Formats: sequence, structure tokens, C-alpha cells
Amino acid sequence: MSNIVLKTEGLTKHYGGVHALENADFELLEGEHVAIVGDNGAGKSTFVRQITGVETRTRGKISFDGREVEFAGPLDAREAGMECVFQNLALADDLDVPSNLFLGREKIRFNLGPFSVLDRRAMRQATEEGLKRTGVKIPNLDNPIRNMSGGQRQCVAIARSASFARKLIIMDEPTAALGVQETAQVEEIIRTLKAQNIPLILVSHNLRQVFDLVDRIVVFRRGHIVASLKREETDGNDIVSYITGVKTQNEAAAYI
Amino acid sequence: MASPAQGAGNRKPDSARRSRAPEWNVFLALVVMVVVFEVLNRLNGTSFLFNMRHNLDAVFNQQRIAIILLQVAVTGIIALGVTQVIIIGGIDLSSGSVVGMVAMVTMSFAQTLTVNGNPNPKGYWDYETMKYMYDLPVIVPIVVSLALGLVAGMINGALIAYNRIPPFIATLGMMVSARGVSTWYTNGDPISFPSVAYGQLSNGDLLGQLTFGLIHWEGQNPALIFGALAVLFHLIMTYTLYGKHSYAIGSNEAAARMSGINVNRHKVMVYAIAGMLAGVAALLLTSKNLTAQSGMGMGYELDAIAMAVIGGVSLSGGRGSIVGTVLGALIFSVIISGFTSIRLGAYYQDMVKGVIIVGAVALDQWRQRRSADRI
Ligand SMILES: Nc1ncnc2c1ncn2[C@@H]1O[C@H](COP(=O)(O)OP(=O)(O)OP(=O)(O)O)[C@@H](O)[C@H]1O
Ligand SMILES: [Mg+2]
Repeated sequence: MSNIVLKTEGLTKHYGGVHALENADFELLEGEHVAIVGDNGAGKSTFVRQITGVETRTRGKISFDGREVEFAGPLDAREAGMECVFQNLALADDLDVPSNLFLGREKIRFNLGPFSVLDRRAMRQATEEGLKRTGVKIPNLDNPIRNMSGGQRQCVAIARSASFARKLIIMDEPTAALGVQETAQVEEIIRTLKAQNIPLILVSHNLRQVFDLVDRIVVFRRGHIVASLKREETDGNDIVSYITGVKTQNEAAAYI
Repeated sequence: MASPAQGAGNRKPDSARRSRAPEWNVFLALVVMVVVFEVLNRLNGTSFLFNMRHNLDAVFNQQRIAIILLQVAVTGIIALGVTQVIIIGGIDLSSGSVVGMVAMVTMSFAQTLTVNGNPNPKGYWDYETMKYMYDLPVIVPIVVSLALGLVAGMINGALIAYNRIPPFIATLGMMVSARGVSTWYTNGDPISFPSVAYGQLSNGDLLGQLTFGLIHWEGQNPALIFGALAVLFHLIMTYTLYGKHSYAIGSNEAAARMSGINVNRHKVMVYAIAGMLAGVAALLLTSKNLTAQSGMGMGYELDAIAMAVIGGVSLSGGRGSIVGTVLGALIFSVIISGFTSIRLGAYYQDMVKGVIIVGAVALDQWRQRRSADRI
């Protein structure tokens, strides 16, 4: 249980003059579920975007699965076994559930290059199995997801990542727009992932959720990682004082 | 965003909504249009669809149906490409001008050397030194038309995908330039007198040849080819990666990119196919008319867009189908020939056409607002 799955050293991202992420040193162990918390604009999503290769980092090192990596894009990350549910849903509204699940990695019956014939039955079947495994219930798979509730759509996005993730899954505020019931459903999926020993990085503003679900909590503040705390060794008030800057473990960032 | 109250429970409206494809509404509209024109005709003692001359044994007004199909065919072929362009969230204003450009260039490769024993009076190539450019095998102009259309489309696609020029502007530029090429090519003169084989492309009896003389359908090759292309692209859009990715890109381009779809390459491909289909339309049109003029295809781009939109293709991308567009093309043509059948003047027809185009877009907007409200 002590192999390191993901490690960043000095990870930094500047958008012009905006120092969105500064020298982030981060480690994730095999099977571990870690939460990232912090105020709006603290750099949480920026951190996720550097790891998944959506953006090119300004500097720093990322090691994944024992090797130093240089993902050219999210597709590279995905091929390496890392899946991400992005903050703004990356779904195509006019497609049905199986098409969304398999977007970009469709199953093919006859290979004719761009005009390859899709294996729709196999994709549908795999979708049903994937949803069953993650406990997601969706009444009609053939509907375009436009006609679904926000919760169902989010579940599709998560199910999509969960059924393809082999080594790591990252979720950026997966329950931000959801009601109570849908949130519970997403949390259920996360527990299933824990049971399957798939490591998770969960970005969330919901401290109740964080304490319910994860092993360790990492606090971001103004682009710096200011704390890494085991769940058993901290509480809500403690976390809040790190988020707001009352306390810090990161002396280098203390003056900000 | 949906309210949580609308959550997982409402299975019923979901499945009900699914059960009737939007194409059914378009089909119903087509039937209604036909009935309306039939009634209007009957008030004058004539008929829109049926043969009223009792001395002939045909049931239908074959002449009218032939005209409708021919009208549908040429613009409809363009609309097949335009449909794909709109589905990926783009627009193509250049197709009419590309028809003009391809028509002129293609025709110059299709000419015959002697007309009634005299040198071709409209000969594009110098009669003495470039004799070999006449009476070329018919495959040459066919390849020229497809290739030229393809290149025009690829330029559109490359401008849009790799140079981030909005589709409206890029294809507007192509619209102006291609028309320029078609006038420049002969300084505005028409090109005529193609080889017999070239004329047979549209005016021959392809169905007769394909069925070894079992069924004949003379002079309707454009309609036949339109039908075949419609089936082909329906299959492609429904069952292949190309179709799936087209809908994905039109629906959420960022998501498509994020999913690893090569969006830029796909866009170039879609515009190239649309250009090639405009080339096919030019081929059939010049073969039908046995002449090419620099003004050919003018306004076809709007007709094609109108056909797609009437058929339920959403201008904001992601929604619509080839089946819808074929029905939209039929509606469009029924309206035009319907007005002719009740002897409405050409000017009125243009006015009505404008109203139809705007009306179809308004309908699309309304549909979108309604579906946005529902969520
Ligand atoms: N593409 C960009 N260009 C310029 N600045 C950016 C860009 N993306 C993010 N930023 C800036 O970087 C900082 C960190 O943003 P980030 O999205 O990572 O915050 P976050 O912690 O995810 O916040 P939230 O909780 O609101 O999602 C912010 O100040 C933001 O304005
Ligand atoms: Mg964020």
C-alpha cells in the first residue's frame, strides 16, 4: 500500500502575470483517496489541469505510475490510465449515454479509418455493465443526455471515468451543481472506487463530504499547498484555518 | 441546469419523447404541403399530383413529379454536404459559387471538338494547338469536378480549423472568390457543347443500365444519384465514427477535443466532403443543361441551408439528420413547384422563399428555446 502513484515536485503554472500555482509538491499513494480543498481561485483546478496534461506547465516535475511523464494532452493521460471528471462537464449533450461514455474511444466493427463502422451493440452492453458496476441508474440509455437532469449527467461523466480508470481518477467538484440525492449517488460511486482500490483525487468545497470520503486532505491557498492532513488528525475548524491562512505548514508560502 | 426535482424519477416523458423522431414532424409537414397544393389546384379544376387528362393512362402527373425531383436533386446534393457542415456547428455559404466555379472548369474539360462538322464555336481551348483537350474520356471532367470541389472545401476547412476563421467569414470569402474564378475563367462567356457521353451523365438512363434494361428512368439520373448519395450519407452519419464525431463536435466541441477526437482534421474532412458534393451538383447541372455559365448555382447555398433547416437540422449544431434534410428538400421543392402550379409569379416565389428560409430558422430557434426551458 505504500507505492507512490502520483508525485509532483515544484509544479508551477503562471498565466502571464497570474501565479495560479507555485511549487506544488504532492504525493498520492496506491489506493489512497485524497481531497483538495481551498478557496475559489486557490489553484485547485489549475493543479488538476497540469497533471492531466490539459495545459502545459510552466515548470516542475510530474511522475505517474513510477515514471516521469510529459502528457501532451488529456488523451495521453487517459492512455496512461488516468481519468478526469472536469469541473465543466465534458459531455456532448446531443449524444446518448453509450456514445458519451465511449466518445473518442468507440468500439469498432469494421475498420475503415474515419468511416469505421461502430459496434453500437457492444458499446451499449458495456455501458449497461459499467453503470451497474458503479451503481448509476439511468432510465433510458438511448436518450440524448440533454434530456437528463444535472445529476444524471454528472453520473454519466463519472461513470465514464470510473469505467475506464485503471490507475487514477481525478474529480473536480463533481457534486457542485447537484441536489442532495444526486450528491449521495456520486458519493456512493466514490466509495465503490475505494473498495476497488482505485486512487482518487477529489476537489471539493464540501467539508462534510471530504471528511466522509477521503483518507487525507490537502489544502491549497493562493497557488500554494499549505497543508496535508490525515483525516483522523484534523477537523473542520482546523481545515478552515488553513484555507483562510490563519495556519500554515508551508513556511515558504507563509508571507503571502 | 436541471432542478433536482426533475431527477431520476421521470422515466415516462423521457421514453415518450424518444418514441417519435423529429423527422416525423417534417414528414407530416411534407404531406400537409402536398395536400394544400392539391386542394388549391382542385379549386381551379386542376391537380397538383395527379394526371387530369383522361386520355392518358398515367395516374400521377409525371411531368410535375419529374420537375420536383430534378429541382430537389441538384440543390439536395449540396444540402447533403451543408447538413454535415451545420451538424458540426459550421455553415457553408460558398456552395453556390463553388458550383459555378466547378461548372465552368469542368465544362472546359468536357467539350467536343466538332459541332455539326464545324469546329466547336464555343471552344475553350485553342482549336489548332490544343486539339487534344477536346473529346476527353468522360472520366476526366468527372474527376476534375470532384477534385476541384474537394479542394475548395478543404480550403474552407483549413481556414476554419487551423486558422480559427469563423465559418461564416471563411466561406463568405470562398463564395466571393469562387464566383470570381468562374467569371475570370472565360471573361464571363458561357462554355457549351459537351461530348455526348458527358450529356448522358444527367440525361441518360442510369437506372436502365444498372438494371440491364429492366426498369427505365430516362433523364432522371440526378434524382437517382441524389437518392444514392442520401442513402450513403445517411448510413455514414448514423453508423460510422465520422457521423458520431460530427454530432459530438457540433454538440460540444470542447468535450470532443477533450475526448481525443482530432477536431481540426475532422472539420477539414467535413468541409471537403461538402465541397465535393457541390462539385457533384455542378457536374450534374452542366450535364443536364449541356452548358456552363459563370452565374450558375447563384443562391443555391441559401436554398441548401433552407432545406437542411426545414428538415430539422439545428443551426447551432449537433442536431439533425440526412433523412430530415431529404424531407426538407422535398418540402422546399413542393412549395416552389406548388406555387408554379397555382400560377404564382416568379417574383412572388422569391419573396415566399425568403419567408420560408427565415421562418425555418425562427422555428429552429423556437425549438431550441423550448428544449432549453424544459431542462
Ligand atoms: N486560463 C487562465 N488564464 C488566466 N488566469 C487563469 C486561467 N485559469 C485560471 N486562472 C487564474 O488562476 C487562479 C486559479 O484558478 P483555479 O481555476 O485553479 O481556481 P480553483 O481553485 O479551481 O477555484 P474554484 O474553487 O473557483 O474552482 C485564479 O486566479 C484564476 O483567475
Ligand atoms: Mg476550480
